[in-house]
Amino acid sequence: MSADSWLLLGKALWETIYMTAVSGGLSFLFGIPLGVLLYITKPGRIKENPALNSVLGAIVNATRSVPFIILLVAIIPLTRLLVGTSIGTTAAIVPLTLAAIPFVARIAEGAINEVPSGLVEAAQSMGATPLQIVSRVLLPEARPGLINGMTITLVTLVSYSAMAGAIGGGGLGDLGIRYGYQRFDGVIMLATVVILIVLVQLIQSAGDRLQNYYDRTR
Amino acid sequence: MIELKNLTKVFKAGGKEVKALDSINLSVPEGSIYGVIGSSGAGKSTLIRCVNLLERPSSGQVVVDGQDLTTLTEKGLRQARHNIGMIFQHFNLLSSRTVYQNIALPLELAGASKDEIETAVSPLLELTGLQDKRDSYPSQLSGGQKQRVAIARALASKPKVLLCDEATSALDPQTTRSILALLKDINRELKITVLIITHEMDVVKTICDRVAILSYGQLIEENEVEAFFLNPQTDLAREFVRSAIHEKPVAEVESRYQPEPSEGSRPVVRITFVGQGVVDPLITRAAKQFGTDFVILQADIETVQGKSMGFLMVEILGEESEVEASMKFLKENVQLEVVGYVS
Repeated sequence: MSADSWLLLGKALWETIYMTAVSGGLSFLFGIPLGVLLYITKPGRIKENPALNSVLGAIVNATRSVPFIILLVAIIPLTRLLVGTSIGTTAAIVPLTLAAIPFVARIAEGAINEVPSGLVEAAQSMGATPLQIVSRVLLPEARPGLINGMTITLVTLVSYSAMAGAIGGGGLGDLGIRYGYQRFDGVIMLATVVILIVLVQLIQSAGDRLQNYYDRTR
Repeated sequence: MIELKNLTKVFKAGGKEVKALDSINLSVPEGSIYGVIGSSGAGKSTLIRCVNLLERPSSGQVVVDGQDLTTLTEKGLRQARHNIGMIFQHFNLLSSRTVYQNIALPLELAGASKDEIETAVSPLLELTGLQDKRDSYPSQLSGGQKQRVAIARALASKPKVLLCDEATSALDPQTTRSILALLKDINRELKITVLIITHEMDVVKTICDRVAILSYGQLIEENEVEAFFLNPQTDLAREFVRSAIHEKPVAEVESRYQPEPSEGSRPVVRITFVGQGVVDPLITRAAKQFGTDFVILQADIETVQGKSMGFLMVEILGEESEVEASMKFLKENVQLEVVGYVS
């Protein structure tokens, strides 16, 4: 491979990491509270609100039903409003984040669901406020599950970011398509795939390690 | 210390209303250990969960330490709950926290400083014998140790009342005894009123001062524990007492059992001794005095409220007049009840 090819790969790897990390971070920031909200507003929970719960649930489901490649172009006006442009790597972060938030929310809701309801009751019997129950009981107890969910989200984002090429987002997937498929450069194609495999492995094993560190149930 | 007045809880399930608790009136004296016993589904857990309003009663009052909890605001209720500790069948410890951090939780919730927490938690570790488990996680503990942590945690906010919801039901008999001993110590030393919900008569027998029986949402009997064992009023109470003294029919006799006397049948009586009666040689005295013979079908001595209580099932053999006379003699000294006849 030429020096140019290496440069291309390096740049694309950086773009993938940039898109995954920023959209991952933002989706945790918004998705986890949304997941908490989905959990606590369910009937019988600490802040039950069936109306809010069904509205949030419906929005989450609707967002998750839109194929990512359609979401990518459908929200171009929103993207332009938020980052000033609708093309490029930074612009791709908006649809990636938007797609990941409901995904993270459902995963967070599931992880919190695994916390035995007896713990909530114990906290209530100690006079805990709903906010304290969330911050001192639900989130710490759900931490291993949340970390697992974040790992899954990051891996999913790596593969979603491949589609960002459609709006000029760059990244490894885009490089693979443009050079490998459209210009018949098999070596570049193979290189992008190998790098993606390594990247996903690294994310997964880091996530597993972190999860193990926090899991005190074993 | 705890007063339940006309407490009723109705659950609505699929359009049908189920009365889990039906006008319960119950009063737990300050400093006592009070047991509520009942079969599963009797409403025991609902009852104890109503005391700290984890379950809001449909009607009635819950007065704890002179305060009617049902009239309090959310904030007032949270404040009142600092005064009411609770432990559970499945311990409900936070798996992500160490023993120390679990015990510290109620203090953290109340906004105590690090120093205040340290001063409060250390003696509790000592009281519950967990000093060397301070930095262990719950998954590294046995069931008994977990319940000790839960007890220490419930005591951290210095409550006046401790609620125990089937606290020993998940523990083996030996561990149950040590947990009950700990609860008794806490009751005596810290003057904490204890309300215990259980389906095990052994728990009532070992530590309770008073006991109430809950059946299908209603309190059907209430008494001091000793009087309850001596003289149970309802069928369910008798059944619980029999379970506590491990009474079961003797196979060889059971097939010949009949409820009414007939020609040549002999009475089977249950004799209950208390205190001095346990050590007095009453049976042999009756045998000598009236010439009757006694076939011992079952015998057991239990400790109830620190006092010995003997339970004996005997078949009495002899002439009708002799049998009558010896039963009369025994009745003067101990509790005697004819349970049936054998032919």
